[in-house]
Amino acid sequence: MAKVVVVTSGKGGVGKTTSTAALGAALAQTGDRVVVVDFDVGLRNLDLVMGAERRVVFDMINVIQGDAKLTQALIRDKRLDNLSLLPASQTRDKDALTSEGVANVIAELREKFDWVLCDSPAGIERGAALAMHHADLAIVVTNPEVSSVRDSDRIIGLLDSKTAKAERGERIEKHLLLTRYDPVRAARGDMLSIEDVLEILSIPLLGIIPESQEVLRASNVGSPVTLSAPISPPARAYLDAVRRLRGEEVPMTVPTDKVGLVARLFGRRVA
Amino acid sequence: MSSIFDIFRRRPTANVARERLQILLSHERASAGQEGLVVALREEILAVIAKYVKVDRDQVQVKVERSGETSILAIDVEMPALTDKPRVAMRA
Repeated sequence: MAKVVVVTSGKGGVGKTTSTAALGAALAQTGDRVVVVDFDVGLRNLDLVMGAERRVVFDMINVIQGDAKLTQALIRDKRLDNLSLLPASQTRDKDALTSEGVANVIAELREKFDWVLCDSPAGIERGAALAMHHADLAIVVTNPEVSSVRDSDRIIGLLDSKTAKAERGERIEKHLLLTRYDPVRAARGDMLSIEDVLEILSIPLLGIIPESQEVLRASNVGSPVTLSAPISPPARAYLDAVRRLRGEEVPMTVPTDKVGLVARLFGRRVA
Repeated sequence: MSSIFDIFRRRPTANVARERLQILLSHERASAGQEGLVVALREEILAVIAKYVKVDRDQVQVKVERSGETSILAIDVEMPALTDKPRVAMRA
């Protein structure tokens, strides 16, 4: 059974697109069939972060309007052939994203893939509502910072009331992905701690992605960080998050740069 | 009193962030719940009115206004002209 996952946050710039790319690639690295779907009409960026910006021919709106078949719009990743991208339209009006059209696309993706990861636009408007509507599970991306936590709380409220699952009276599974976390600043008392954020938002923790230069380096070259720097701390954090998403029990840690010599040699060989 | 030594012992700020968020979000969650109440009220009021008169959905407004300790529920219904009177506004 396919799982539809929305990666959402309310606030912009907290790492939704980066996280969608990294989690999508990490899921595909386990052998599952994965599609990442960009819902940010007019401001698409998942193609760029995935390094597929020059391969976009058709987009989701073309599919919805019947100008292209879904298989024509899907872009297969060059590194992992079980990973695909469905781009958003960069030129069309976001109103072209009809709720019926989105429902059809998601239903068709459910048949072709094990995981459908929907990268939500920022905000709480139509695009964000459509991205979350069909989700079985939500990943709420949050920075340890007041405005991000507040917006995440708002998004959690919407997930509990506006999604198809909520409308059927079911509970939507929600997980927190804490990004740009700096354990040193948190220990000093200058950044909200993991415990603070968890206490305020009270949803289970999927992973803690440490602040790292590797994230920017990965987007510079158009590669999910789990592929371009698989032993870096953020990549290990995303890989752990994916194992939890797949139901494994993985102890919660904040990966650091202190990797043993063996792991370093091994990591270099597989990289 | 601030002194030059304060530079060397800056106070942690995360606890301030946590407390501010806790206070703010308890308010925001309460008003989000109220939004749901308003939507439900509006739908039921519309259904009742529709039984007697034909009204446009946009002409029924339900609001909760908060002022200090109390909240005021305001329902504005703009109805089409009844017989000879040009327009009747009901305010509950």
